[in-house]
Amino acid sequence: MSNEEILDGDDHMQIDGHDSELQRSSKVPQGFNADYLKVYYGKLFPYDDIFKWMSYGNAGKHPACDPSYFGRREFSFSLGNDTYCRYQSFNSVTEFENSIKKNCPFKIDIGPVYRLHPAKRFAYAQSGSDGFAPVERELVFDIDISDYDDVRHCCSGADVCTNCWPLMTIAIKVIDTALRDDFGFNHILWVFSGRRGVHCWVCDSRARRLNNDERASIAKYFHVYKCGESGFKKVSLAGSVLHPFLASYTDVLRIYFEEKLLCNQSLLSSEDRYEKILELVSNKSITDELHDKWQGHRRSSNTEEDLNITRWEQLKHVLQSGKQKGLRRCVEEIVFLYTYPRLDMEVSKHMNHLLKSPFCVHPKTGRVCVPIDPAHCDEFDPTTVPTLSTLLEELNKRGDNSESSNELESTSLGQYITMFRSCFLEPLLKSCKEEMENAYNANLQQSRNSLSW
Amino acid sequence: MEIVGSRKPAADEAPILSLYRSAPQVEVILDDFERFAIDRLLVLKGVSDGLSRGKKPEEMEKLVKELWRTHMGHPDASETRNKDIISHFILRLVYCRTEDLRNWFLSAETTLFRCRYRLQNLETQRMLLAEFDFPYKALSQAEFEVVKEKLVQVSRSIGLSPNDAAESVFFKMPFEEVSDLVSSRKVFLLKGYAYVAMSQVSSPVTKQFRRILSKALELTNRKWTSISQEKEKNRLTPIVESLSSSYLGPDYSQHQESSEISLRDIDRLANNSFPPCMRHLFEKLREDHHLKHGGRMQLSLFLKGVGLKLEDALTFWKAEFSQKVGTERFDKEYAYSIRHNYGKEGKRTDYTPYSCQKIISSTPGVGDHHGCPYRHFSEENLRAALTKMGVGGHAMDDIMQKVQTRHYQLACTLTFEAVHGISCDTGVNHPNQYFIESRKALELKRQPTT
Repeated sequence: MSNEEILDGDDHMQIDGHDSELQRSSKVPQGFNADYLKVYYGKLFPYDDIFKWMSYGNAGKHPACDPSYFGRREFSFSLGNDTYCRYQSFNSVTEFENSIKKNCPFKIDIGPVYRLHPAKRFAYAQSGSDGFAPVERELVFDIDISDYDDVRHCCSGADVCTNCWPLMTIAIKVIDTALRDDFGFNHILWVFSGRRGVHCWVCDSRARRLNNDERASIAKYFHVYKCGESGFKKVSLAGSVLHPFLASYTDVLRIYFEEKLLCNQSLLSSEDRYEKILELVSNKSITDELHDKWQGHRRSSNTEEDLNITRWEQLKHVLQSGKQKGLRRCVEEIVFLYTYPRLDMEVSKHMNHLLKSPFCVHPKTGRVCVPIDPAHCDEFDPTTVPTLSTLLEELNKRGDNSESSNELESTSLGQYITMFRSCFLEPLLKSCKEEMENAYNANLQQSRNSLSW
Repeated sequence: MEIVGSRKPAADEAPILSLYRSAPQVEVILDDFERFAIDRLLVLKGVSDGLSRGKKPEEMEKLVKELWRTHMGHPDASETRNKDIISHFILRLVYCRTEDLRNWFLSAETTLFRCRYRLQNLETQRMLLAEFDFPYKALSQAEFEVVKEKLVQVSRSIGLSPNDAAESVFFKMPFEEVSDLVSSRKVFLLKGYAYVAMSQVSSPVTKQFRRILSKALELTNRKWTSISQEKEKNRLTPIVESLSSSYLGPDYSQHQESSEISLRDIDRLANNSFPPCMRHLFEKLREDHHLKHGGRMQLSLFLKGVGLKLEDALTFWKAEFSQKVGTERFDKEYAYSIRHNYGKEGKRTDYTPYSCQKIISSTPGVGDHHGCPYRHFSEENLRAALTKMGVGGHAMDDIMQKVQTRHYQLACTLTFEAVHGISCDTGVNHPNQYFIESRKALELKRQPTT
């Protein structure tokens, strides 16, 4: 057995081969603590990449670059002793790196870029737009799978598995597509939140300059739910025709519902499950009819999977037969309720909302908050995301015969860093550079024009 | 704007609505100055009231039409336009001076503009777009064909007929210009642009109006405070300052749903949030189980404004009065007047709670407890009353100083600030306003800091 094969397996697996000395010293128990973090921050955290991202092209030598830009960004640290330090700011990547290595924060949040350097925020008496106020901030979204607890049966609360994760996948697809097609945004970063959800960072300059009202209006554009009586969520797709935004997703969502969720979650196989769906149909005679039909069902020759599919077809058939008005939309309403993205509106609405930085490690799971490529989000599996201890083991394995610059790439974190750079950072920086140069040249031209008679 | 003698501007071809981008070069007589301002202020006050009562857009448009006709109407159209523009600029002077005043003015003027714009027919609206230098052009036929299907779809999804979309003119603009339409998915979005129908164009036009006015107010503020205020010390300044402090704010006769209070809470609320005038009346009522007419009026209307329902009010007053005069006499002699206050008797006027101005100008006699403590109490009694509320030290001195210079409302504002530990930019103009601000301040303190 090679070392790799042993270590790739479960950490609790019994090791009974040779080289046990080496294996014992490289094996790292699962966990999350300051010592592990120290190594992580010492060798793996991508300071330079985050710095380049947060600088949006201002870290260069071009005359249009604003050297104060990075320093006006707020970061905040959650330290081990329950301390929370806001308004951290750094003037260079070195300051940034040194501070993190020194403080070893359990969590790093990223805030907005302010008009003034955060350290000087008390020096100015004025409030409002003239004083210490945010001027730029990415448009962000937070999707948490615990918001879907009423529609998933495999897990609840903080747990997540490969059966319910497709809910996040479909959320990424819908929101990512809409941000690009409807709103014209291009530089979008999706990040695994470390445990049970995803964050979205829209980094186009147009997005960074949106004010609170505009952010709220985008969040509302995506919002589809009404709260019915007793907080029970409901989707009402009123009107004979849907807005093109909703219409464009009805097929995608329905396919997801039918191919992934229906069977993964066994939505119709048992009484308590199908009751929940029948509750959404407002026509009693139909629900009674189906209830009787399904309750009496005893055939065991059908697999559970077939059962779900058959019943869904029956339900669809009855609802779409067009006999009753107002039921035609019922199928879509059910599909939307189960699959449509559920966003946390408050996170998106405010420029000064702090959001966890990518590449942090989640304290409860030890998993790194890695980026997700929206074009391949189907392949993402939250249960295989590298953990702190796995990474440390990988580092141990390499021993002392590696250069620090290769260390990162040699671990399983490497592929995520590569993806971060190629799918997101490089196109973003290229675009920032172009924008900056164009604006600079335009200004130059204008001042030349005004000088000439 | 030169204000010299009296001369009407030539009959102009000025449009019905204005963006008020520049002050008119016109002369106004001083009498008109104040009169125009007050008339417009009444319109704005009506608009502001309508908004705070949650009126729907169609109701607001009706309201604005009525208010405009009543206060700004004139048989000669050019006179109306004249008054419109002049009164707007005068009120800019009045309302540019603090952030709260600016926000109120901005909100009321923006709503007024939107309603007036929407009240015009489509042809006039189109003309006004050109007049306003609206930066977005209508779609060409070719552009329209590309997105026609989607536009029809959106139209239908918001309940309009497909013909509306087919025949309508559409404008393409960045989605930021129409946040409200984006929120409610009433526009088609493509690659960052919103396709706005003629019937929806009031939205970006109003946004443009608001932007222009917001900047202008800041500029006016700077110019006024640095130059004109001193220069106009003997002429415009006194009028301008009195206009913004004259009571034209909400009349608090209808409380909001969320602010209804119950009898259980009343003692606590009195202790925490009543202004000194009402605290005194309340305490005396509890003490003596009686109040004379003036006090009953002042306190009971205040309680109505605060959210005390009629049944609870009757219970409350009965509980006190019956200890002095018995329940039978209460029912016979006093219940009627409470019901009268709530508009349930006689000519059924829903009386409005008294403003500070009214209370200050009242004349309490022997045995009366109403009026304004800052004006009507002796210094000793006033100090005692304020000490009971928790005011001391520097604040007490400042307040007494204001009382000596007869600035009673400013004294009350300082009291509010001392008691709650926060500043009150709008100043106290009405006991119910004091109450509402107090509840807000206490609510804010209860929330954990983020």
